[in-house]
Amino acid sequence: MFLVYLRRELRRRIRQAIFIALGLALGIGLVITVVAASDGVQNSQAAVLHALYGVGTDITVTEPPARGSSVGTTFGFTQEVKNIRTGVVAPGTKISTNSLATDQYGIINSGVLAKIARQPGVTGAAGGLVLNDLTVTGTVPQITVGNGLGSYRSSFTSRTFNVDGVDPADTALGPLSSGKISSGSTLTAAEANADDAVVGSGYAAQNKLAAGGTIDVGGTNFKIIGVVTTPQSGDPPDVYIPLAKAQQIGKNGSSALTGDVDTIYVTAGSAADIPAVQAGIGKLLPSATVTDSSDLASEVTGSLSSASSLASNLGRWLSLAALVAAFGVASLLTMTAVARRVREFGTLKALGWPTRRIVAQVIGESLAIGLAGAAVGVCLGYVGTFLIGKLAPKLSATVGPANGSSVTGPGQALGTAASSTLKALTSGSHTVSVPLTAPVTADLILIAVVLAIGGGLIAGMFGGWRAARMRPADALARVE
Amino acid sequence: MYKLSGVVKKYRKGGAVITALQGVDLEIADGEWLAIKGPTGHGKSTLLQILGGLDRPTEGTVDFDGVSLASTPERQVTRLRARSFGFIFQTFNLIPTLTAVENVEVALVPLGVGAVERKARAEQALAAVGLAERLRHLPSELSGGQQQRVAIARALVKEPTVLLADEPTGNLDEGTRDEIIGLLERLCHTRGRTLVMVTHDTSVASRAQRVGLMRDGRLTIPDPADRPSA
Repeated sequence: MFLVYLRRELRRRIRQAIFIALGLALGIGLVITVVAASDGVQNSQAAVLHALYGVGTDITVTEPPARGSSVGTTFGFTQEVKNIRTGVVAPGTKISTNSLATDQYGIINSGVLAKIARQPGVTGAAGGLVLNDLTVTGTVPQITVGNGLGSYRSSFTSRTFNVDGVDPADTALGPLSSGKISSGSTLTAAEANADDAVVGSGYAAQNKLAAGGTIDVGGTNFKIIGVVTTPQSGDPPDVYIPLAKAQQIGKNGSSALTGDVDTIYVTAGSAADIPAVQAGIGKLLPSATVTDSSDLASEVTGSLSSASSLASNLGRWLSLAALVAAFGVASLLTMTAVARRVREFGTLKALGWPTRRIVAQVIGESLAIGLAGAAVGVCLGYVGTFLIGKLAPKLSATVGPANGSSVTGPGQALGTAASSTLKALTSGSHTVSVPLTAPVTADLILIAVVLAIGGGLIAGMFGGWRAARMRPADALARVE
Repeated sequence: MYKLSGVVKKYRKGGAVITALQGVDLEIADGEWLAIKGPTGHGKSTLLQILGGLDRPTEGTVDFDGVSLASTPERQVTRLRARSFGFIFQTFNLIPTLTAVENVEVALVPLGVGAVERKARAEQALAAVGLAERLRHLPSELSGGQQQRVAIARALVKEPTVLLADEPTGNLDEGTRDEIIGLLERLCHTRGRTLVMVTHDTSVASRAQRVGLMRDGRLTIPDPADRPSA
């Protein structure tokens, strides 16, 4: 009888039932679309960070450069100028100088690496060296009094590329981890001391390099064993060489880098461990910059950042407002419907129907409408997410400034540390283009269905409450 | 069966207090047919609602087979309504979305009767009021007389001890009125049911064993011996 009565009643007020169900469906569809889009934006952010930061890396540790230290990449050229000034090198002499030196960071003794690896919550730690290879060639100009360094510079051309010394025994961490070998092979533990290099696909294409070829890094001829492609068209380091070789041929100013690293990549057991791990590292290296991926996320600007902000602020509020409006309209219409059926419920009470049975009938009808709303809402949600996938333009994420001097965007205060990490990790400014997807998960559908049922329940409870308050005598006395 | 003593019912309507019943004393015996006459708005329906446990008196006592309808908890009164009272209304009060047989079944739902038995009993009740051919019809597909027959079948299907009818022929033409009253009379007589009927129709009231007159909330029941012969 319950189902027969329910079905017939819904059929009687089919237009109202459809209206309520559509209202709920719109709210649910909007929630699904916005949450899915928000998840999509987060996925895109994760993809960008993947591309720039490295798969599996939770924390990056760097030290600020020591006070008064010279910028490594210009050291060799400055030395040449000194030689010219002091007459060691005569005007007209053709010179070619190369330096491979640390670019941004202070030096960390690799002994710290083992200590970090032993920290509670740390599941992996690997060291790296972020180097810059600078080659300056040209002819020594005639020196006249008053010439500054600039006039010397104009006589020379320079070529520079970024070199990362990576631990071949642990390529699951660090910048090489996010790449896919498109040709050749990657560095392995066997190549720890070999003159082997992996070249980034962008740099390889630009300089017509391929696996099997060679490349000069810091004056040493390296065999290119593979070309690596990073996802989402990120701009990773140009060349990867074994860490041991980087320590051997690289310099920090005029000092050797033997046993040193300047970046430590760390993975934590879980996201919950990250704060404790950060704190532990902070104790070991009080002056170090300890950056996690959320710090980096705050440094991502561009349309991806705008979309993220839009999804998390306007989108969520909009869907919440739509949901509340849908629930409100459903409740009001259900109460109106109950008010119209006052004689019917009065009759049922006169026939001995307990109030709870009448309330259950009203709630049942609302629940059925809620379920219909959920079904239509899920479909609408799928349509919304499909349209986002089809129509939404690609989002761009900009990390770091074009001139490398500052990072704009939210998180500026924190950003100083994070942005300096980024600058080195990504060699300055990068704009990564990512497609916006809106994945609809089973959890999301479940939440939507629960919301719709909740909406139906709320509406039904209001209606039921009204029905329960009726006295049969009053109900029957009313003339419709 | 019924014993009412000093029953007063007051309503608050707007700011005013309306006294619908002013000290009604009444006794109704098992199997009796009592008609209550009177002008509209003088308390007939209020008295019927108090007899059926749909409303409670402001003062006085209402005793039904040893149960006080004035003070018994609502849940028990609801059970009593489901089991012992059959209601027939002037406007039929059928559920518009349910068929004739389903409308009759509705009365058996609170008694926990199983679906198969419920349907069989409902069909039997409709056959008893001459509607065996109209089982699947919706109320909107039935005439006024047929709808009232469905309402009578709904009232009788649970075999109640009392049938409470509020102007059951008020919306019917003369021919149908006689037909319905004849049916009610016959069914109550053969099944030994008590019938309390509110009506302002003298010809209907004249067929009752006793006739009460409600005026200004007061009930007077002349001695049957004083009634003029029909």
